[in-house]
Amino acid sequence: MGTYRDACNSGRFVVSGEIGPPKGTNVEAMLRHIDLLNDKVDGLNVTDNQSAVMRMGSLVVSGEIVRRGGDPIFQTTCRDRNRLGLQSDLLSAAFLGITNVLCLTGDHPVVGDHKQSKGVFDFDSIHLIQCCRKMNEGYDWVGNELDGATDFFVGAVVTPESDPLEPQLYKFARKVEAGTDFFQTQAVYDMDNFQRFMEEAREITAGTGVKIMAGLVVLTSVGMAKYMNRAVPGIFVPDALLEEMASVPKEEALHKGMEIAARHIRFLREHKFCDGVHIMAIGKEEIVPEILEMAGVRADA
Amino acid sequence: MIISTKKPIEEIIKALEGETKVIILGCGECATVSQTGGENEVAEMKAVLEEAGKQVVATDVVHTGCAELDVKRVLRQHKEAVEEAEAFVVLSCGAGTQAVRAATDKHVLPGCDPLFLGNIQRSMDFLEKCAHCGACVIDDYGSICPVTLCPKGLLNGPCGGTSHGKCEVDPELDCAWVLIHEQLKKEGREDKRTRIHEPKEWNIVRHPGALVERRQLGDEKKLGAKKKLEAK
Repeated sequence: MGTYRDACNSGRFVVSGEIGPPKGTNVEAMLRHIDLLNDKVDGLNVTDNQSAVMRMGSLVVSGEIVRRGGDPIFQTTCRDRNRLGLQSDLLSAAFLGITNVLCLTGDHPVVGDHKQSKGVFDFDSIHLIQCCRKMNEGYDWVGNELDGATDFFVGAVVTPESDPLEPQLYKFARKVEAGTDFFQTQAVYDMDNFQRFMEEAREITAGTGVKIMAGLVVLTSVGMAKYMNRAVPGIFVPDALLEEMASVPKEEALHKGMEIAARHIRFLREHKFCDGVHIMAIGKEEIVPEILEMAGVRADA
Repeated sequence: MIISTKKPIEEIIKALEGETKVIILGCGECATVSQTGGENEVAEMKAVLEEAGKQVVATDVVHTGCAELDVKRVLRQHKEAVEEAEAFVVLSCGAGTQAVRAATDKHVLPGCDPLFLGNIQRSMDFLEKCAHCGACVIDDYGSICPVTLCPKGLLNGPCGGTSHGKCEVDPELDCAWVLIHEQLKKEGREDKRTRIHEPKEWNIVRHPGALVERRQLGDEKKLGAKKKLEAK
């Protein structure tokens, strides 16, 4: 398998998956998922205390993916570390052979399981992107020379269904300006909306070579879809999909969700609306290979 | 205005365990406005403590509870009670409580929980709009402070937690970044919307903040943190 960066630069349709580290020391399921996906996707995101819920760290799990022959996309948020901690972790990441970094703001602690904790947010995601760039040039944030530069492929996120969209597009433009190489979007379900978003995004990225991957969260039930509509900012599941999910018996809902994901992958790839997809199966990573098969996509194809 | 809330009374009574003679002090400024340490609240506290078996030997409301010289002057007026008292319950922000601390060596305890520097939107409706970050940047944001009004203090635009103009932290709270963009659009200041802002320099507001201003002596205004650094 080549690297995520090579895949992005090759111009072919890129596929990444996602690993959520465990809450606890039992890594069995996670390692099984890593081994299952490593050669089926171009890169594997590792979430960083996702949803502000305390878990095993993304740095170490990303390092383990390297050790097992995969290419991790190290997610790092501004919520839990100040600029010293973030840079220190970035150097540690380089040491572990991690090259892809996904720079995120991070959910606020109050939405997670340690509501009493203090959110750091010393940097925002733009600063983190700029910081990766500086470290790639051989300097830390304040301009001290590094004894050995990093070589990060720098990622960021964008929310196509953000309402209102305009402030989000302005931030997207700042992320491009700051030196982002690739974007993974928040989950999208409405392909018409996404197409319109991509038209605006492509205007902003014109002439930059920035890659944009559509985020796909696999629907597992109609209840889950409704919950996301209600409770997850920036996610919109259209009525047609809710009806489609409701049209099958409960035990077939997951398969229906996989079908929808596969259909969207095929659609996005055929119409070249974006440069790839980022598939989030949220704890059900074992279904990802089948989705890719249904979509007729192979990462190394 | 420093906005505070009343501490639970059980907490205060517990803190006074073993002590009988108490002085209650309020503040005529912020704690009066937020109705936590004005004349009424001091009287209310007196009644509650007496019911709990305490002997309230004096009460007063200091004009400005954080003015240390004011506090000392008020305590001098209650000389006998101050000598007799075992504890001081201070109904104000922590600054007022520590102004009393500076005036006596006896047990001084807070009767309020200080919350934030608040704008008075209408009576008893307060909203924090300034976080004292040391270098005011709000002209770049249509004079809507993202350091304060965005719970993450983001300086370069909204996060993914913005939803229909509201914030992920509190569905009642407007997303500061939606307000900022709307305001800058009204003003036609596109340059402000497209600028990348550096992170804050938090060393400027290292605690404890201290400022000694002697303009009448011709000295320049100095921030204590910087001054202390120079001294080292």
